[in-house]
Amino acid sequence: MPGRELAYWQAHVEALHQEMQRDPTVIVMGEDVAGGAGRTDKGIIDAWGGPFGTTRGLIKEFGADRVRDTPISETAFIGAAVGAAMAGYRPWVELMYAHFIGVCLDQLLNNAARAHRILGSEHKVKVPIVVKTWLHVEGILYAIFTHIPGLKVVAPSSPYTVKGLLISSIRDDNPVIFCDNLALLRMKGEVPEEPYTIPIGKADVKKEGKDITLVGMSNMTNVCMQAAEKLEKDGINAEVIDLLSLSPLDEDTILASVRRTKHLVVVDEDYPRCSVAKDIAAVVADKAFDYLDAPIKTVNSPHAVPPYNRFLEHLYPPNPEKVAEAARSILR
Amino acid sequence: MTLKREQLIWAYEMMVLIRRLEESLMDAVAQGKPTYVGHPYSGQEAVAVGVCANLNSNDYLFSSHRAKGWALAKGLDLNKVVAEMWGKVTGASMGRGGEMQMADATAGYMGGNVVVASNLPLACGTALAAKLRGKGQVTVCQFGDGASNQGAFHESLNLSAIWKLPVVWLCENNRYAESTPVEYAVSVPNIAERAKAYNIPGVTVDGQDVLAVYDAAGQAVKRARTGEGPTLVEAKTYRYYGHFFGDKTTRYRTQEEEAAFRAKDCILQFKKKVLEQELLTPKDLESADQRVEVKIAGAMKFAEESRYPTVEELLGDVYV
Repeated sequence: MPGRELAYWQAHVEALHQEMQRDPTVIVMGEDVAGGAGRTDKGIIDAWGGPFGTTRGLIKEFGADRVRDTPISETAFIGAAVGAAMAGYRPWVELMYAHFIGVCLDQLLNNAARAHRILGSEHKVKVPIVVKTWLHVEGILYAIFTHIPGLKVVAPSSPYTVKGLLISSIRDDNPVIFCDNLALLRMKGEVPEEPYTIPIGKADVKKEGKDITLVGMSNMTNVCMQAAEKLEKDGINAEVIDLLSLSPLDEDTILASVRRTKHLVVVDEDYPRCSVAKDIAAVVADKAFDYLDAPIKTVNSPHAVPPYNRFLEHLYPPNPEKVAEAARSILR
Repeated sequence: MTLKREQLIWAYEMMVLIRRLEESLMDAVAQGKPTYVGHPYSGQEAVAVGVCANLNSNDYLFSSHRAKGWALAKGLDLNKVVAEMWGKVTGASMGRGGEMQMADATAGYMGGNVVVASNLPLACGTALAAKLRGKGQVTVCQFGDGASNQGAFHESLNLSAIWKLPVVWLCENNRYAESTPVEYAVSVPNIAERAKAYNIPGVTVDGQDVLAVYDAAGQAVKRARTGEGPTLVEAKTYRYYGHFFGDKTTRYRTQEEEAAFRAKDCILQFKKKVLEQELLTPKDLESADQRVEVKIAGAMKFAEESRYPTVEELLGDVYV
């Protein structure tokens, strides 16, 4: 019997709702998360729940104390979420777009990621915060987050993985950067109704294959799946790995796959220099070089400012044809 | 508000302890011992002591660069503070943090901070947690005059005002951000005036008078504890040494200025006042002085004899 289908955003809001119900210390903060609602004195109880609806309905059930609109002051409210986590709460805080990190990185780099190592020895201060951010072409920027020790970084690829990773992230005692991708917002898929977790730090072999390994993350996993279909027509049997966690990195799953297929293409929407793709290429070159039959290929966006023009914008990120071409180039 | 006899003795002894600890660390460095002095606090002791006299152990305190004094006044164990200065495993943060990043949440001391004004947003957070929990805990966030020019200061004051957070913003104005004078870098004569922009009370107090600091901070703490929201308190003070140990202050300020402030020393002023008003006796003060010397000698010995962290202890715990 086929399971229940939800859109990505619906799975997202359901997971938040279930975690808030389970644990009264879970609070939600960010710009427009209540959408201006919660002013019961003015008769405004529920509103639109953020620009993408992923917090819709929460304030009605959990109230304005736990679902908190913030002023456009990312430094103050991201830092406040870190402080509230240090004091025993589990904040889900929204940095609307990843490139807004430009105004508030200090709070994650110097406070969230380090507090547990330095604040006390016998009684460690934990920072169980989730910083959720939307990725879109203007700034994917995984590498800024994965560079920092102490932060975990996850990137769901589907309605099923957004729910499981969201629940795991909230329950994790470490600061987690939760990378949502706008390209996935309306993607549909099977999502169980009851809460479930997906382990952080573990990649998923989404499709088994014997000729080449394609590693993707977030929407690039879907691009890899489409590339694998194209390659199948050429008689190439590709394995697809959905990374899910960018930090910590599941090296074992990647290395085991490459040792079998002897070929690797890593697909990453971020800028190429010092990217997760280049990092994985380095790990494999370092630890499985002797198993490789061909050079490793990485497919990133260009090392250039993303274009505004909508036609050019489509040419900018990796797409199935680029990925398939990279695969063919090392299998020839 | 008046301090009881025991509190007066505590305040005096704590000011002397902070001063003498710093001098002892300087002596140790001069003797070639492997410790640090950190960012000197001498001259400013009345601020930390006057503020912390109002706090309970479950209240939160965030400090910044000149953190040793604040840590001690908030109730951190002296041995742990000194061992942390020496970088030993018995330190408050296992020798990983040093002065600016040592902490002990069980004492409500949430650490100093390396980035100027980085601690203000955190204080909004512990204050938010306290408000949600509803048990009357207060957060005090200490920072310097330099921090009042950071965006984080302005964002945090606004956030604390709109959410009516139980927080006291404690600006310790020692007249210099590193070597840059306050009258050059700050647009207002009194930093407390910046409170007006956020519709919260702002008060300026003589930071070299521990009793005045106690009163001003006490009113702000009371406001926070009773749910009336944040206050900005500016304590005007002066640091006797440089921004860091070894900084030559005469490159940016005059000896006359230094002498004028030293003449108003917080410990001397306090002594004079309590003796003149017969609140304490010379014997009380002498006994406190003696206790301080014994405590510091013990803590320095403890630190010197403690071991360093192992490489595993220094590098472990990337995650909780």
